[in-house]
Amino acid sequence: MIQESNTPLWKLDGAKPFIQIKNITKKFGEFTAVDNVSLDIYENELFCLLGGSGSGKSTLLRMLAGFETPTSGQILIDGVDMADIDPWDRPINMMFQSYALFPHMTVFKNIAFGLKRDKVPKKEITERVNAMLKMMQIEEFANRKPEQLSGGQRQRVALARALIKRPKLLLLDEPLGALDKKLREETQFELVNIQDELGVTFVVVTHDQEEAMTLATRIGVMGNGVISQVDEPRDVYEYPRSRFVAEFVGTINIFEGRVIDAQTDYVKIASKEACSKLFVNHSINCAPKQKVAVAVRPEKIKVSRKKPDLAYNCLYGKIIDLAYMGNLSIFRVKLESGKIVRVTLPNLVRENQNPLTWDDMIYLSWDNDSSVVLIS
Amino acid sequence: MTRDSRFLKFSAILGFIFLYAPIISLIVYSFNKSKLVTVWGGWSIKWYVELFNNQQIIDAAMVSLKVAFITATLSVILGVLAGYVLSRMGRFPGKMVVSGWITAPLIMPEVITGLSLLLLFVSMEKLLGWPSGRGITTVIIAHTTFCMAYVAVIVQSRLAQLDDSLEEAAMDLGAKPHSLFFLVTLPIISPAIISGWLLAFTLSLDDLVIASFVSGPGNSTLPMVIFSKIRFGVSPEVNALATIMILIVAIGVIAAMWQMRKKENVL
Amino acid sequence: MSNVTGTFWLGHYNTIRTKFNLLKSIRWGRLSVISIPSVWLAIFFFIPFLVVFKISLAEPAIAVPPYTDLFVWDADNAIAEIKLKFGNYLYLWEDSFYLDAYLSSVKIAAVSTFFTLLIGFPMAYYIAGKKSSTRTLLLTLVILPFWTSFLLRVYAWMGFLKKNGIVNEFLQAIGLIDQPLQLLQTDFAVYIGIVYTYLPFMILPLYTTLEKLDGSLIEAAKDLGASPVKAFFLVTLPMCMPGIFAGCLLVFIPAVGEFVIPALLGASDTLMIGRVLWDEFFQNRDWPMASAVATVMLIILVVPIMFLRTGKNEEKQ
Repeated sequence: MIQESNTPLWKLDGAKPFIQIKNITKKFGEFTAVDNVSLDIYENELFCLLGGSGSGKSTLLRMLAGFETPTSGQILIDGVDMADIDPWDRPINMMFQSYALFPHMTVFKNIAFGLKRDKVPKKEITERVNAMLKMMQIEEFANRKPEQLSGGQRQRVALARALIKRPKLLLLDEPLGALDKKLREETQFELVNIQDELGVTFVVVTHDQEEAMTLATRIGVMGNGVISQVDEPRDVYEYPRSRFVAEFVGTINIFEGRVIDAQTDYVKIASKEACSKLFVNHSINCAPKQKVAVAVRPEKIKVSRKKPDLAYNCLYGKIIDLAYMGNLSIFRVKLESGKIVRVTLPNLVRENQNPLTWDDMIYLSWDNDSSVVLIS
Repeated sequence: MTRDSRFLKFSAILGFIFLYAPIISLIVYSFNKSKLVTVWGGWSIKWYVELFNNQQIIDAAMVSLKVAFITATLSVILGVLAGYVLSRMGRFPGKMVVSGWITAPLIMPEVITGLSLLLLFVSMEKLLGWPSGRGITTVIIAHTTFCMAYVAVIVQSRLAQLDDSLEEAAMDLGAKPHSLFFLVTLPIISPAIISGWLLAFTLSLDDLVIASFVSGPGNSTLPMVIFSKIRFGVSPEVNALATIMILIVAIGVIAAMWQMRKKENVL
Repeated sequence: MSNVTGTFWLGHYNTIRTKFNLLKSIRWGRLSVISIPSVWLAIFFFIPFLVVFKISLAEPAIAVPPYTDLFVWDADNAIAEIKLKFGNYLYLWEDSFYLDAYLSSVKIAAVSTFFTLLIGFPMAYYIAGKKSSTRTLLLTLVILPFWTSFLLRVYAWMGFLKKNGIVNEFLQAIGLIDQPLQLLQTDFAVYIGIVYTYLPFMILPLYTTLEKLDGSLIEAAKDLGASPVKAFFLVTLPMCMPGIFAGCLLVFIPAVGEFVIPALLGASDTLMIGRVLWDEFFQNRDWPMASAVATVMLIILVVPIMFLRTGKNEEKQ
C-alpha cells in the first residue's frame, strides 16, 4: 500500500520517517557515548547499526528502548515524542544480546509474559503464544526452562517473546552474536523472512559487518559516538565516504597523496606512498594540493608480470607474503616506498603452471572507477 | 607441591580431624553415664532426660527460637531492600553513607554493637518512654540490625551476578518497576533470600554477646543460659544439648545437599 | 508583538513542564525503598555510636542509668551547664592496662590469623584439586561446623583441653608427658579456639580463588622450567593473594573484638579488649568507662579496617 513503486522509502522525497532521531547526545559523566546523532529510519526497514565496541551503537539502541535518557535531543517514533514515555509504555520490544530469558519460567510463560502485563484475556494469550511457538518451530519446547535449551532454541524463544506483542519496532542487540557460524547463516535469512512476513521495523545493532551486509536494508556505520555514513550495504562497501568507514567495513588499501588536478569528472593525485600517479573518475570538493587518500579494495586490483600500458594507477612491488585460502589467495606486496598492498585473487584454475610466489616482482593496477578519494 | 601430593592429603586429613574431633568427643560424652565428664561410665541417655526436665533451658530455648524466627524474617525484609538499594538504585545523595552503614555491622565487634544498642535503648527510654525496659523486643531489634547486613550482602552479590537485561527485558515487555520486582527479581534471587533467612536465624540463635547487653531479666536467651552454665566448667547437660543441635543442623545440611543433587540429576 | 508574547508563553510553559517533570521524577516507590533500610540503620546503627560517645564523656554514678547527665539545668542561676569529662580518655591513656589490652588483642588476632592461614591453605588447595562431587562433600564438611553453635564449638574445646581431658590423657598414654599439662586457661587455648572457630572463614575465600585458578598456568610455568615448588611460589601463591587477603580479614576482624573465646578458654590474665569492655560494663558497672573503651576501639581498630576494605573494593572495580 505504502510502497507502490519499488523505490525504497528513504529515496522518496517527502516520505515520512517512522523513527526520527534528532540531535541526540548521551553523556556518562565526562564521557560522550553518543554525540549529536541524527537519523531517520523508515517503516518496514531492517536497519543495521554497525560499529565496534564503545562506538555508541548500543547506547543509541538503549535510548530507543527507553533504558537510557538522552542528555539532549529528541526521539520521535511514529511522530510521538518518546521523552516522557517509560520503557514499559513504549510500542517497542527488544531482543537482548544475552536473550535475557527469565530462568524461572518455562518457554511458554516467557513468551506469554508481555501479553499478561497487558491484561490480554487468558484464552487469547494461549492462542497467540501457541501460534508464535508454531511459527518459530519451537512447539515441543513449550514446557521447558531456558537452561534446558540450546543456543539456537533460546534465540528463537527470545525472538518470539519480543514479537508476541506485535511491536511497531523491534530492537535487536547482536541477535546472532551467541550462535555458531553455521547456525548464524541460516538464522540470518530466517530473520529477514520473519521481518518481511510480519512487516515490523527492525533496528539491529551489530559489530559483525557480514551480518549487517546480509540483513540490512540500510547500514549506519558508527564510531566514537557518531554515525559516519548511512547507506545501503553495497554503497557502504563500494563508496565509503570516510577513511573510518572504508577501514571498518571490509579490508582496503589506502594511499595518501596530494591533489594535482581536480575537474568535474576526475581527480588526479600524486602519491609518494604508491610511487605512482593515481586517477579517480569521480569529482570531489577539494583545493589544489590538498592532502587526500585514495582507497582501493584488494579484490579490485589486477596483477601482471608485464608492465601494463597505463599512465595512472600502476604500481610495482615484490610479493612478501601469500596465503592460499581455497576460493581465493591473498598476497601482500611491498612497494618501493615500503608501503604494503593487500591483493586478493580468485583461484580460477585448479593447477596454475606458473604461479605467483614469494619474491616475485609484479605490477598492480586497477580501473579508474574502482577507487574512491577520501578527504576525511 | 602438586595438587595430589601426599603432603596436601596428609594436612587436609589432619585439618578435618582438627575440625571434627572436638565435636565427636562432645557427642560421645553426652551419652556418658558418669557425672564426671571425663570418666567413661558406660552408655546412658540420662543427661538427655535431665535436659528436657530443665525448665530454665527449655524456656531459654523457646525465647531464642522466637527471637531467631522474628529476627530472620525482619532481617530478610530489610536486608533485601538494603541489598537492592546497594546494587540497583544507581546513584542518590548519601549513597556512600548508607552503603557504609549497611556493611559496617559485618565488621563491628559484637561488644561494641551490644553496648551501643543498650545505651541507645536506655537513652530512648529516658527521652521517649520507649522501649520500656528490655526484653525480647530489644533483642530482636539488635539482632535484626546486625543480621540484615549479612542478608544485604548475600542479596547484593546475587543481584550483582544477575544479568541486568533480565530486568530490562521485563520492563520492555510492559512490567512496571514494582511488578517487575515481584515477578522477575524476587523469584530469581529466592535461593539467596532463603540462605539469608537461614543465616540470620542461625546467627540470632547463636549470639551471646549482643543478647547479654540488650536482654532484660527473665528473658535470657539460650546462649546466655549455656554461657552461665559452662563459664566455670563442663556440664553434661550442655553436651546433650549440643548433640541435639548438631544433629538438627547435620540433618538440615544433608537434606539440602540431597535436594541439590536431586535437582542436578533432573537436568 | 504577538509573536513575542507567544515566545514568552512557550518559554513559560516549558519551565512549568520541566518543574512538573522534576516532581514526577521523584519516584515515591524508589524513595521508600531507599529510606526504609536507611532509616532503620540510622536509628539503630549510627545514632547508638553518638550515644556511646556522649556517655563516654560522663561520669559513673550510683543511679539508674548509672552515669551522670551531661546537661545540667541550674535553676538558681538560670544557666545551662554542660559537663564534659575527658577523664575517661585520660585514664585510658595513663593506665597501661588498657593499652596493653589493645595491643594484646591485635597480637592474638594476628597470630591466630597466621595459623588459620597455615592450616586452611593446604586444605583449600586439596579441596580445589578434587573432582566436583568430592569437592561439594568436602566443602560441606568445612561449612557444617559453622552452622552449629559457635558457643558450643568453643565449649567442646573446654572438654578437650582440660587437665583430665582427652588431649592430656592421650599424651600421657603415649608416654610423651608424665604430668597433665595446663592447656586450658592459657593463651595457647585462645589461639586454638580462634583458629578452630574461624577456619571455615579462611578456607572458603581461599577455595574460591584456588578453584578459579587456571591449571594451565602452573603447567605453563613448569613447561618453562620452573620446579613444582618454584611454580607454587611464583605462580599459585601470587594469584591467590586476593583470597588470602579476604580470608585473613574475615578471621582477623572478629578475632580482635572476641569475647567468648578468651572468656572460656583464656587465662584470667589473657588480655583482650572485648573482654575488658565486657568486664568494665558487667563487673564494674562503669558505663562511661566501657563507652570510652568502645569509642577508642572503634577509632583505632574498626575505622582502619573499614578503609582497608573500601580501598580493596575500589581496587577491584
